[in-house]
Amino acid sequence: MSAFVEIRGVDKNYGFAKVLHGVDLDVARSSVTCIIGPSGSGKTTLLRCINQLELLDKGYVRVDGCYIGYKLRGGKLHQLSGREAARERADIGMVFQRFNLFPHKTVLDNIIEAPVLVRGVSKAEARERAHRLLDRVNLRDKADAYPSQLSGGQQQRVAIARALAMEPKLMLFDEPTSALDPELVGDVLDVMRDLAATGMTMIVVTHEMGFAREVADHLVFMSDGVIVEQGHPREVLAAPKQDRTRAFLSKVL
Amino acid sequence: MAMPSVDAVHTTPPSGAERTASPAEKVPPLAHRVRPARVLAVIAVGLGAAMLVHALVTNPNFQWSVVGQYLTTNTIVVGVLTTLELTVLSMAIGIALGVVLGVMSQSANALVSGAGWLYVWFFRGTPLLVQIIFWYNLASLYPKVSVGIPFGPSFVHGATNSMITPFAAAVLSLGLNEGAYMAEIVRGGLLGVDRGQAEAAHSLGLTRFQAMRRIILPQAMRLIVPPTGNQTISMLKSTALVSVISMTELLHAVQQIYATTYQTIPLLIVASLWYLAVTSVLSVGQYFLERKLGRGNRSHASGRGGLVRQIIRALRVRPDSPEVSAS
Repeated sequence: MSAFVEIRGVDKNYGFAKVLHGVDLDVARSSVTCIIGPSGSGKTTLLRCINQLELLDKGYVRVDGCYIGYKLRGGKLHQLSGREAARERADIGMVFQRFNLFPHKTVLDNIIEAPVLVRGVSKAEARERAHRLLDRVNLRDKADAYPSQLSGGQQQRVAIARALAMEPKLMLFDEPTSALDPELVGDVLDVMRDLAATGMTMIVVTHEMGFAREVADHLVFMSDGVIVEQGHPREVLAAPKQDRTRAFLSKVL
Repeated sequence: MAMPSVDAVHTTPPSGAERTASPAEKVPPLAHRVRPARVLAVIAVGLGAAMLVHALVTNPNFQWSVVGQYLTTNTIVVGVLTTLELTVLSMAIGIALGVVLGVMSQSANALVSGAGWLYVWFFRGTPLLVQIIFWYNLASLYPKVSVGIPFGPSFVHGATNSMITPFAAAVLSLGLNEGAYMAEIVRGGLLGVDRGQAEAAHSLGLTRFQAMRRIILPQAMRLIVPPTGNQTISMLKSTALVSVISMTELLHAVQQIYATTYQTIPLLIVASLWYLAVTSVLSVGQYFLERKLGRGNRSHASGRGGLVRQIIRALRVRPDSPEVSAS
């Protein structure tokens, strides 16, 4: 049986710059995969390719057996229409480094927007679920606040609740704590830890080595657009096999 | 909190006890500073205002009684209503066209964005007065117009002159011209919304159209409304231009009267008073609309003070309002 997320031979170029170079990666269902690496190593781009925020130049990504952004017809991969692509994205949650909450909507409206608009859930039901999600991220009293009235840590937890409201089968985190003040990082990581415990499949681009060591089932080290090393986090962090991994870890640990 | 005096910081060694000023030390009161330039400015402004009022009151050529007499006559009021009608219709066309063209300019398709750019280039690059006269004389270019399937059957057809009345020519020229300016304003507003907003919307499964309508345009509105208010005020005054094609709006109405009575100045004052009254009302409306759109944005938090003070604030020219339409 193939992996839940299957990435094969992925290339991505920006003009002449090769950002991803033949990336292969498997992610098991209900596992947490952390991707680490120096800035410009392509880890964020890889994450964005899984959600079609970037289009691939070569290779493919499959999630739960479905080609992402394409469908197989007559032995060829055909690009999906905008509507079909949007449907695929709806099943994959994404949390951004800069939160990207909708500033003109309250916390509650941020969370119910997509379920109502995309899934056709009734407003009453969406609200009820939103309150349950806010409970889960410890922000039950912030439903009527606007994002600008929240701290970065609170905003990021709302962003996680917003993504979960779509009941995704996969969650992508793009450096979720990098824009936060140090004392707010813990709250966000706690929520992610709880989420991992529920069996959610998660791919996390992060600089939080402690989180990676503790929560991740699989650790991937990327550099210069390729996966240099991967394995169980304790093995990779304690006994890296590659020089580049050693050099990077000596700087961040 | 007691602040140490500047001297104490520099002359005493940094031992905690000596840093704080002793309670016995007297705090000198702040002296009021006389500002000679400001006093002069007040005198100059006061003098200027007095001279202006004096001139307005004592010069009989202003003929204030004539102004009062014509201010609410039927012809003038009909002219004002026509001006308002032209403004509303032209702005409606302009805004609708501007949103379409503004969104087109963001298209990844070069042909679509190029078409939008070409439109703006043409309609912004030729004088409005020329466009007004052009539409008015459309019949000499196309004596007949018909509406139907391109190169196919037509459903409606008739003589251009019967369709392009002065009113139609006025609305068409003002609206199409406005569309070019509004397109630039909408484009600026769309560019002002963080790219992450569209990405967040897409990642939640919204289509491009849904993301534009629900997430991006509402946020762009905060940047689009202030310059649109300026455009509306500008449009109100631009409608005076269509007096050249015998469209009886406010200016043409007063022109018709002073052509027979020769009371040119008082009647121009009548028109000016009406223009000022309407632009004042529009400014107030714009202020409250902007406040409503400022939701969720701290820097636009609701202003303090009663209604009157808020209206006064609305009428003041705000130097910080973004001028996207420039260039």
